[in-house]
Amino acid sequence: MTVPALAASRASSARSRRLKADLCAWTFIFPSFLHLAIFTLFPIGFAFYLSLHKWDVLKKAHPFIGLQNYQNLVHDTLFWNALFNSAYYAVASVPLGMLAALIIAILVNQKLPFVNLFRTLYYLPAVSSAVAVSMVWTFIYLPESGLLDWVLGACGLRHASQTDWLNSPGLAMPALIVMSVWLGLGPRMVLYLAGLSAIPSSLYEVAAVDGGGRWACFRHITWPLLLPTSFFILVTSSISAFQVFTPVYMMTQGGPMRRTDVVGYHIYNEAWRQFHMGMASAQSYVLFLVILLVTVVQFRIVQRRMAGYSLA
Amino acid sequence: MRRVSPASAIGSYVLMVVAAAAAMTPFVWMVLVSLHPSHGALPDPAHLLPKHLQFANYSQVLHMDATPFLRFLMNTLIVAVSVVCGQLLICAPAAFAFARLSFRGRDWLFYLFVASMMIPGQVTMIPAFLVVRSFGWLNTYWALIVPAISSAFGIFLLRQFFLTLPRELDEAACLDGCSPWATFWRIAAPLSSPALATLSVFAFIATWTDFFWPLLVTSTTGMRTLEVGLSLFKDAFGSTNWPLQMAAAVLVLLPVLLVFLAAQRFFVRGIALTGLKG
Repeated sequence: MTVPALAASRASSARSRRLKADLCAWTFIFPSFLHLAIFTLFPIGFAFYLSLHKWDVLKKAHPFIGLQNYQNLVHDTLFWNALFNSAYYAVASVPLGMLAALIIAILVNQKLPFVNLFRTLYYLPAVSSAVAVSMVWTFIYLPESGLLDWVLGACGLRHASQTDWLNSPGLAMPALIVMSVWLGLGPRMVLYLAGLSAIPSSLYEVAAVDGGGRWACFRHITWPLLLPTSFFILVTSSISAFQVFTPVYMMTQGGPMRRTDVVGYHIYNEAWRQFHMGMASAQSYVLFLVILLVTVVQFRIVQRRMAGYSLA
Repeated sequence: MRRVSPASAIGSYVLMVVAAAAAMTPFVWMVLVSLHPSHGALPDPAHLLPKHLQFANYSQVLHMDATPFLRFLMNTLIVAVSVVCGQLLICAPAAFAFARLSFRGRDWLFYLFVASMMIPGQVTMIPAFLVVRSFGWLNTYWALIVPAISSAFGIFLLRQFFLTLPRELDEAACLDGCSPWATFWRIAAPLSSPALATLSVFAFIATWTDFFWPLLVTSTTGMRTLEVGLSLFKDAFGSTNWPLQMAAAVLVLLPVLLVFLAAQRFFVRGIALTGLKG
């Protein structure tokens, strides 16, 4: 064989080997890719297609109406109310939940007997059935026979006692927020524990030699080195806070006076009670944009902050 | 972990016990209320322990005609076990390919999977419902199982584990003439049983506690899962029969709490595996 012919055959055999490797890899990936295509990628596109139509389940015709659904949303005060409620829920429940989880994580990160037992106890709410815990919390929030009112009464807070927490416009959302702090404690705590375990103990030893107290250690070592963990929890918690559904469905049905009508529940109503699939799809896309915006803003702010804290 | 002086240890215990009490109170409350007589006045919080424990509430919950508890339980078990098997069989090969094989478009495709995790469920639920309906799967096990048998999360989790296996293993297997599939089945899969167990626990608990999707795709009582069934108890018992409601809630919670307690080390492992160590 001549030299160029040899090189050509080598090149073609390399190409066929590569093709073979590609095909082989695809046999591994194909089932999951097919699943992704049918149940995620296609729905993402189809939801947008739906949002451009007046698509009522009960009617045969689904006329194309362009951006009409989105334009209607601009003047839809009920939808704005739902967005506001979701923002209220996220802005209050996420930082509160993170603070509680950080305190607990620092506590159970100490070398003490039984800390593992405590870690397990704190985690239990997170793996519980959301419907079951919603029922219990409804009962806790009942006026008079509820646990919360009884505790407040026993503490001498008679005026706070006999409050119908879930039926008071100003108190229903705070009641849901308290429950969400309870629900989210375990997962956030475990994430903080992972972050704490990554901090080299030599840093604390140096600080002790320099005479740094507990607060100084927290302020100058723990807190800055936990920033990446905090940021991860902030982003993922905010994303899920904007999608909360089950507790609202079970406990308040969006009431009283739509004060707990969050976007996740609002979209459910639009789609499965009103059967406006097109409008609900438009709302879900707006929700997606809001989540995206919140995430991007958080990235921007934290990146600027973290620049000052880098270890290098 | 830091050494602790006795004084601050006591302070820590006080705080931990207070927090544990707050975390456990709803559960304890649930059990106590479930043992109260189901007729008459609502249980008074001042008398936490009822005079006569009403275990009959539990048997009453199990024998309600309107809410066939055992049927719900069986549905949930069938769905959860199928989803776990599906996740293992579908996610593991894909994760292996992303971690150990080189092929064109690999990184691009992997990012596509990861990005799909960020889409809110509300966006995909209506089209996914229409897809399942067009397959004629509404109110069948197919609708409950198939949409959950693969997940980007599962692929991501297992990939992180496959990346930690030493490279020499598949190089040696390759030299011995092992095909990628043989390498996966005979070497990578057996070595990664802790990761597979982790994914199984996550998938099982997620399926067991899922409420929204089963609510949408099932319509007859006989096809409901425990979570949806439990939400029906409220109406079946009248919204004020709290002892029976709480008994039902305890029965739904118990299996998943037991699974978690048996497998909790996999949970912590899974969180470490997904690379969140900051």
